[in-house]
Amino acid sequence: MNILDVLGPVMIGPSSSHTAGAVRLGGMARAVFGGLPEVAEMTLYGSFAQTYRGHGTDVALIAGLLGWKTDDARIPQAFQAAREAGLVFRFLPETDVVPLHPNTVRFHLQGERREISLTGISVGGGQICLTEIDGFSVEATGEFPCLLTVHEDKPGVVALVSSVLSNVGVNIAQMRVSRRQKGGVAVMLVETDQAVEAHTLAALEKLPHIQQARAIPPVI
Amino acid sequence: MEQKKSLEAFVREAEAGGRSLGAFCLAQQALEMECTEESLKQALLDRLQVMREAIAEGMEGKRSRSGLVGGDAKKLSAAASTPNWRSPAGANVHLAIVYAMAVAEANAGMGRIVAAPTAGSCGVLPGVVCSLGEMFALPDDLLAEALAVAGVIGLVIASRATLSGAEGGCQAECGAAAAMAAGAAVNLLGGSPEMAGQAAAMAMKNMLGLVCDPVAGLVEVPCVKRNAGAAVIALAAAEMALAGIKSVIPADEVFDSMREIGNAMDCRYRETATGGLAATPTGKLLWQTVKNLEMP
Repeated sequence: MNILDVLGPVMIGPSSSHTAGAVRLGGMARAVFGGLPEVAEMTLYGSFAQTYRGHGTDVALIAGLLGWKTDDARIPQAFQAAREAGLVFRFLPETDVVPLHPNTVRFHLQGERREISLTGISVGGGQICLTEIDGFSVEATGEFPCLLTVHEDKPGVVALVSSVLSNVGVNIAQMRVSRRQKGGVAVMLVETDQAVEAHTLAALEKLPHIQQARAIPPVI
Repeated sequence: MEQKKSLEAFVREAEAGGRSLGAFCLAQQALEMECTEESLKQALLDRLQVMREAIAEGMEGKRSRSGLVGGDAKKLSAAASTPNWRSPAGANVHLAIVYAMAVAEANAGMGRIVAAPTAGSCGVLPGVVCSLGEMFALPDDLLAEALAVAGVIGLVIASRATLSGAEGGCQAECGAAAAMAAGAAVNLLGGSPEMAGQAAAMAMKNMLGLVCDPVAGLVEVPCVKRNAGAAVIALAAAEMALAGIKSVIPADEVFDSMREIGNAMDCRYRETATGGLAATPTGKLLWQTVKNLEMP
């Protein structure tokens, strides 16, 4: 932490957790989806569900999906911009379920060839954490570039991926592997110090047992 | 857990080097952030610009999305130019209150602000720094230096306690902002590093125990007016410190007590909007009204 963190972020109000954090969560969802989806459904939990209108959490999430930053003066008009961009969206405030974290949002995003669900939380001061993708538990704060792989849960996959990254000089800051069942489909989310380039992604996808490799740019 | 920082250590080092606390903080932070003093100063000047734009936006008097706040900074400013107006606070304090409210109202109306240290307390520092800059015709370079002092005080508080209302109540947000602004004010008016530290301690002492009880869970009521109050406390603390008055309890220990008090605070008083003003009959009624609003 430094003085610019204390005197920041520069943001559209009114709340660092409910507005700035929501913009970043929307940005994270966009990054994982790989662009603007056609349909976005956002289920809001806890304090997000209770106060989203007054805090502009709704427009902030949409602004994030549009790829805008926390200090973008257009945030209050994000709905209109989203409609013009062809995004169909809706919010489902879920006030009966008590979430693990008070500020939780679950995205369900659909596009022509892709459909993804993901969950994120706003942990305070505009800081966020992506906690789930398609039922796999993950952990990413949006501060680092990330590599996301979908692969078969087989011995050696993690070693192969890390050796490809090491060959191109990408340092791993943190990583987490998650599977729904032994030997089934697994997901790996790697936070890296350097961005993973397209040619590296192509090399990764040629590895055995790797179904998909995607780069997620940082949102902070 | 991050290592605890000490405001007294910053003060001692600045005094030993014979520099203002602002000049010392700027140099020390540039070193830590591995950038030049010039580029850090520019980043602070950019934030000062955002603060000024937020003041201008707040002065337009736009209402918040919920309709609970907005327009009071404009009203207060206009009152001063009515013929029979007599200000109980005096011109300097009046302007600080106007600016603090303007920024807090801009924030509530989804305007652009600097969270300093948080969005809920974003009016205090610009209220104090921008009003003093104007009243004493101070150069922007000096204002940027004052922001560096504020930033370092915030860093110390974050390391010893918290800057989050959900953890420590309003004392952690507006309280921290008041301590930051008090130190900044002393630096702006040529006080010693020692005096800046004393001002931060005295400001925080006056904010200890303050709960976070936002009506309808929104950053509006009582936040806007608490920003005004915290700015005035910051000025009072700076006034005392510049006269050589000292806090009996040292700054670092005051910040530690803020943590202790925050830890003991019932969760109703830590941003959950279930206690205090939020739980009054009027507070509850307003929450229902806000819930039923059709918003764009």
